[in-house]
Amino acid sequence: MPVNYKPFDKAEWLRLEAKAHELRKFTLQTSIWGGSGHMGGALSAMDIMTILYHRFMKHDPSNPDWDDRDRFVLSKGHAAVGYAPLLVDLGYMPVEELHIFNLTGSKIGMHLDSNKVRGVDFSTGSLGHGISLGVGAALAGRMKGKDYMTFVLCGDGEMNEGSNWEAIMSAAHYKLSSLVVFVDNNKCMIDGRVNDVMSIEPIDKKFKEFNFNVGRIDGHNFSQLNIAIEAAIQNFKNGGDKPTAIILDTYKGEGVDFMKDDYVWHYGTLDEEKATRAFASLEKYYEERKARAEREGK
Amino acid sequence: MGLSYNAIEAEKLTTAEYYGKALHDLAVEHSDVVALTADLAKSTKVAAFSKAFPERLINLGIAEQNMFGVAAGLAKNGFIPFTSTFAIFAAARSLDQVHTDICYQNVPVKILASHAGTSFGQAGSTHHSLIDFAAMRSLPNMTVMCPCDGAEAYKLVKAAYSIPGPVYIRINRGFDAIVWDCGPEEVPFVWDKATTMMEGDDLTIIAVGSCVFQAIQAARMLKADCGLNVRVINMHTLKPIDKEAIIKAIDETGCIVTAEDHVIQGGLGSAVAEVVAEHGKACKFKMLGHDNSFSTIGLQEDLLSIAGIDSNGIEEAVAKLMNLNIHENESWEDEY
Repeated sequence: MPVNYKPFDKAEWLRLEAKAHELRKFTLQTSIWGGSGHMGGALSAMDIMTILYHRFMKHDPSNPDWDDRDRFVLSKGHAAVGYAPLLVDLGYMPVEELHIFNLTGSKIGMHLDSNKVRGVDFSTGSLGHGISLGVGAALAGRMKGKDYMTFVLCGDGEMNEGSNWEAIMSAAHYKLSSLVVFVDNNKCMIDGRVNDVMSIEPIDKKFKEFNFNVGRIDGHNFSQLNIAIEAAIQNFKNGGDKPTAIILDTYKGEGVDFMKDDYVWHYGTLDEEKATRAFASLEKYYEERKARAEREGK
Repeated sequence: MGLSYNAIEAEKLTTAEYYGKALHDLAVEHSDVVALTADLAKSTKVAAFSKAFPERLINLGIAEQNMFGVAAGLAKNGFIPFTSTFAIFAAARSLDQVHTDICYQNVPVKILASHAGTSFGQAGSTHHSLIDFAAMRSLPNMTVMCPCDGAEAYKLVKAAYSIPGPVYIRINRGFDAIVWDCGPEEVPFVWDKATTMMEGDDLTIIAVGSCVFQAIQAARMLKADCGLNVRVINMHTLKPIDKEAIIKAIDETGCIVTAEDHVIQGGLGSAVAEVVAEHGKACKFKMLGHDNSFSTIGLQEDLLSIAGIDSNGIEEAVAKLMNLNIHENESWEDEY
């Protein structure tokens, strides 16, 4: 294990729930500051980003270029409205940066630029690039004798891009077990349901046939996320010869009742009335998540 | 490895083989040099490198988009990747990756684009690259270079290592006509300064790549046929372009002809025209190259002739621009 993990007990689970709740609120707030945002896909990806940065990844906000850090590639770059608040919360930059999110002259907008935003490893936004960048980062780690992990978070609609499959083929060919690809399978894309626009299923079988280790889990369940990510890291530590893909079954807009599972919330604006409803919905959602952790945690 | 060169050996090497040698020599000096290819290691002549440093050659298969993304990932993590593929696949197929992963992130990926222009003659337009200067020149952070022959290619590739950020180097398939009859290390070359190949005050031909040899031939013919003293400039670096050399040509010769194995829309001619227009002084000006057209199938020498960018074509264009008559070469009749 790269770090000394706390055991995944009830307290740890509740700690992650509290953090994800804060970050969901922060995401909506950032969208309000910026006037609009890709809230749906940021909310579906919030749990995976929370557990990676708050439990698994080696990283240092005071030294973002630390050579031994784990790499993170937000291939679905439009989820920046959730990623930027996460980086602010971790201390990579002051919150004031978010007050001008998306505005003229801001360093931080819809898709993050690694040359402008501290803590961002790669500039993303054009879909289908992230896995290739991750393959490069993982190869670099191997050639330099480093033991860092490279985590890539893709969207499900994004898997339509053919360049992903070039990259997936190369990751398996080069046996990059330090590479973990997450697919945020929220089943929605801009024009509609993924199954209606361009189906990617069976996405888990596709990765398996491309010689990946594959897990498929509830992407909003920290217990399942914990097990799957630990297994992927152990696979690398134990000298495994396959990269890992973890399909996260999620919901677009998770946490806000009127956004959940509705593709129109790929990108949107919150007026005052909707914002009030959204924040109230998040509180109710958090109570349900805490109750589950209390019930199922050990 | 102790590789050394002389003019005799030089004659035996294709331009891509010079790239292979330069890459090998760079790798000996610098441990951060890695080579990437997309199933074209043989065609792009990275053999010397792969033999000496097999662990530093990464073949991505027939998947150029992934290759450029992987290169960016390596470059972001301390390596200097030299990627090689055919020019058209770098400039057209993978332009999104070159744009976003490489230029936007401003990472030191060096793109060796072979089989450029019409140099893969018989392969036809799918494998010719007549638009790459235009595409690459428009990308912020990108340096764009094109050697006139193999020996100069060696020098350019060596220089690319030290030029910050991304570099695009366009080379031809096979042998180039020898412009520099010397060992590659002796080629006079400053990366951001054009090389004056011939001095002259009557007009200037600014050429790049294959057209440099043709321009030198044309200048000799113009001297013999019309008594013109032609300046020939080898614009091996299109971006950043040597404005000073162009302005001197405007001020001292008042007439510029550009020649390139590329469409005239957005290539060398356009780059020179930008400087001419902003300089604001009257200057006769003519751009030679492929004009809004795809190339056809054939030997490169024929394709250059069809496009009017071989020595005869350049001479004719210059004569027309200068209102001169070229003496008919009566021996041509023998061909019929």
